[in-house]
Amino acid sequence: MTSKTPAAPGTHGAVLADPAPEQDRPLVELRRAGKSYGNIRALHGVDLTVHPGRVTCVLGDNGAGKSTLIKIISGLHQHTEGEFLVDGEAVRFATPRDALARGIATVYQDLATIPLMPVWRNFFLGSEMTKGPWPVRRLDIDRMKRTADEELRNMGIVLDDLEQPIGTLSGGQRQCVAIARAVYFGARVLILDEPTAALGVKQSGVVLKYIAAARERGLGVIFITHNPHHAYMVGDHFSVLRLGTLELSAARAGITLEALTNHMAGGAELAALKHELAQVGGVDVEALPDDAGAAVKPAAPDTADRTDAAKSDAAASDSTASGTAEGKA
Amino acid sequence: MSMAQQAEPAVTTPPAPGPKQTDGRTRERSVALRVLARPEVGVFLGAVAVFVFFLIAAPTLRDGGSMATVLYQSSTIGIMALPVALLMIGGEFDLSAGVAVVTSALTAGMLSYQLTMNVWMGVVVALVASLAVGAFNGWVLVKTGLPSFLVTLATFLVLQGVNLAVTKLVTGNVATDDISDMDGFDQAKALFASSFDVGGVEVKITVVWWLVFAALATWVLLRTKYGNWIFAVGGSQESARAVGVPVTFTKITLFMLVGFGAWFVGMHQLFSFNTVQSGEGVGQELIYIAAAVIGGCLLTGGYGSAIGPVFGAFMFGMVNQGIVFAGWNPDWFKAFLGVMLLGAVLINLYVRRAATRR
Repeated sequence: MTSKTPAAPGTHGAVLADPAPEQDRPLVELRRAGKSYGNIRALHGVDLTVHPGRVTCVLGDNGAGKSTLIKIISGLHQHTEGEFLVDGEAVRFATPRDALARGIATVYQDLATIPLMPVWRNFFLGSEMTKGPWPVRRLDIDRMKRTADEELRNMGIVLDDLEQPIGTLSGGQRQCVAIARAVYFGARVLILDEPTAALGVKQSGVVLKYIAAARERGLGVIFITHNPHHAYMVGDHFSVLRLGTLELSAARAGITLEALTNHMAGGAELAALKHELAQVGGVDVEALPDDAGAAVKPAAPDTADRTDAAKSDAAASDSTASGTAEGKA
Repeated sequence: MSMAQQAEPAVTTPPAPGPKQTDGRTRERSVALRVLARPEVGVFLGAVAVFVFFLIAAPTLRDGGSMATVLYQSSTIGIMALPVALLMIGGEFDLSAGVAVVTSALTAGMLSYQLTMNVWMGVVVALVASLAVGAFNGWVLVKTGLPSFLVTLATFLVLQGVNLAVTKLVTGNVATDDISDMDGFDQAKALFASSFDVGGVEVKITVVWWLVFAALATWVLLRTKYGNWIFAVGGSQESARAVGVPVTFTKITLFMLVGFGAWFVGMHQLFSFNTVQSGEGVGQELIYIAAAVIGGCLLTGGYGSAIGPVFGAFMFGMVNQGIVFAGWNPDWFKAFLGVMLLGAVLINLYVRRAATRR
C-alpha cells in the first residue's frame, strides 16, 4: 500500500501528473465526520477533500458507508460528528435543495429521470425556461431544445431526437444526460453514485469519459464505485471505506492499481478466506494467487484482476473486464 | 407523447445547426412510429370507428339535432373527464368525482334557497366547497402517502352520506327546492345551461365550455411548467422531487382542478333542472375514469393527453345515443362500454410498447 512504483500507464496519467497543490481551497471538505443512526455508527472519523478539477474516488464494499457519505454531502442526512465544510465554511444541509444551492449536485443511479418524458423535458425538469408574461407564461421550447442539444454535444453526447422518451436511451446515455444536466445547472461538485455499477463494458467507458470531461471543465467530482479499475482510470485521489471508517486515503501518485485493488478486495481477509478454503478442501488453493491479501509485494496485474473478480458481484465482474482491457490500452 | 399541436418538422429537424454526427447507436424513429406514440391516436381511431358504425346502424343519427344531443351528452362527461385525466397523468385518481358534482349542486341550491340569497352567492360558496374537498383529498394523500384509491374512496362515502343526510335534514326531502324564480337565476343559467342556435340546430353551451376547457388543458399540459410537473409527478414522484419539482403543490392543485370540474358540472345540472336529486352521481366517477383511460391516459400516471379524453367522452356520448337511435335495448350500453374500455386499453398498451421499444 505504500509502494512508490510509478502510476500504472492509464488513460489519465498524462493529464494530471502532479498531486493537488495544497494552496487551492477544497470545494468540499469533511473533517473527522461521522454519522450515527440511533446506536448504529454508520460512519466514523472520515476525512475527505474535493478540489476543483479533481476526481475523488470513494471505494468500498457493500455496507462500508459509501451511501451514508453521499447522503451527508448531498443534504439527505446530517452528520452527527466532525465537520462538513463547503468553501471553507462549516455547513449543515437540511434538504437536497440546500446542497444544490451551494453547487453540489448528485447523480443517482436511477433517480432523477422520468422514463416516459422526452429527453429535453427531462433535461430542464424543475428548472424550465419560460417566456411571456404570467397568464400566458409558457415553456420556451425552442430555446430549451437548443440548449439541451448544445450542452449534450459539449459533453460529447449526440442524440438525433431529443423528443424521444428518455427511457428509450441506454443506461449509460441516461447517466450522461443526468451528468450534463448537473453541469449545465451550475454544479461545482458532482457526486456520482456508482454510475457504472449497472452498466455494460462499453457504457461504463462512455460514463468514464464524461467524468473526465466534467473534470476538464473544472468541476470537483466525487466518484463512488466499488470497481477499482474504473476508479483508477479517472481518479486523482482514492479513499477506501471499510465498516464505516476510512481504511485508505491516498493520492494517485502514492498508490498503484494493484494496491488499490487489494485494498478494495479486502486485503488480509482474503488471505484468511483462502486459508479456510484450503481446510474445507475441494478448492484448488495452489491455483489461487499467492499471498493475495498482502500488498507488500505488488501482485501481478492479472492476479489482482482475478482477486477482484472473485470478490465482486456479477455486475462488477462484467465491468472488471472492461477496466482491464481499457487500462492496458 | 407531447407536442399534440406542434407540427412534425419541429421534431425532425435537429435543434442545433452544424453537421449532424451520430455514433450510429441511436436512430431517428420513423414518422409512423412517432405518430403512433402519441396517446390520443388510438382513441381517435376508435372514435372514428364508433362514429362511422353508428352512422350506418342508426340513420336517424345523421340529423343535426341528434348530433347536438350526442355532443351535449359527451360534454357533460367530457368536462369532468378533463381534470380527471390530468389527475391521472399526475399519477392519482379520484373516486369522489361523481358525488362531488352533486355535492356542489346541492350546496349552491340549498344555500341560495334557504337563505333566500342571490343564486350567485350559492354558486360562489359551492365553488369554494368543491375546491376545499379537492384540496382535502390532495392534502391527505400527500401527508399520509396513502394510495389515492383509499383516500378518495373515503371521501366518496362521506360525500354520498352527507349529500343524502343533509338534504333530508334541510329540505325534509330527497331533492332540493326549485330555485328557478330566484335572483340571478337567469344569468347563471345563461352561463352554465343555456343553448344557442347554429344553422337551425340548438347546441348546448356546455359543448363550447367542453372544447374551451380541452384547449386550455392541452395548452397547460404541453406548454407550461405546470404541465411538465404533472407528467413528472405521475412518471416518477421521487425523481421529480429530487430535481426540484414541487410535488405537493402539483398533486393538491390537481385534486382542486377536479373540484373545479365537479363544481362546473354541478352548476350545469342545477341550472338546467332547477332542483337536484341528492342520491345522484354514484358511479359517474368510474365513467370519468373510463373516459380518461379510453382517451389514452395511463392509469398509473406519467402518460396521456387532454385531447384523448375529449375523444373518449365523445365515444361515450356516441354509443349512448347511438344505441337509442338504432332502436336497440339501452341495457346494452354498459356492455358496449366495457368492450370499448378493454379494447382501448389493449390498443394503448400495444401502441406504447411498439413505440417505445428500442
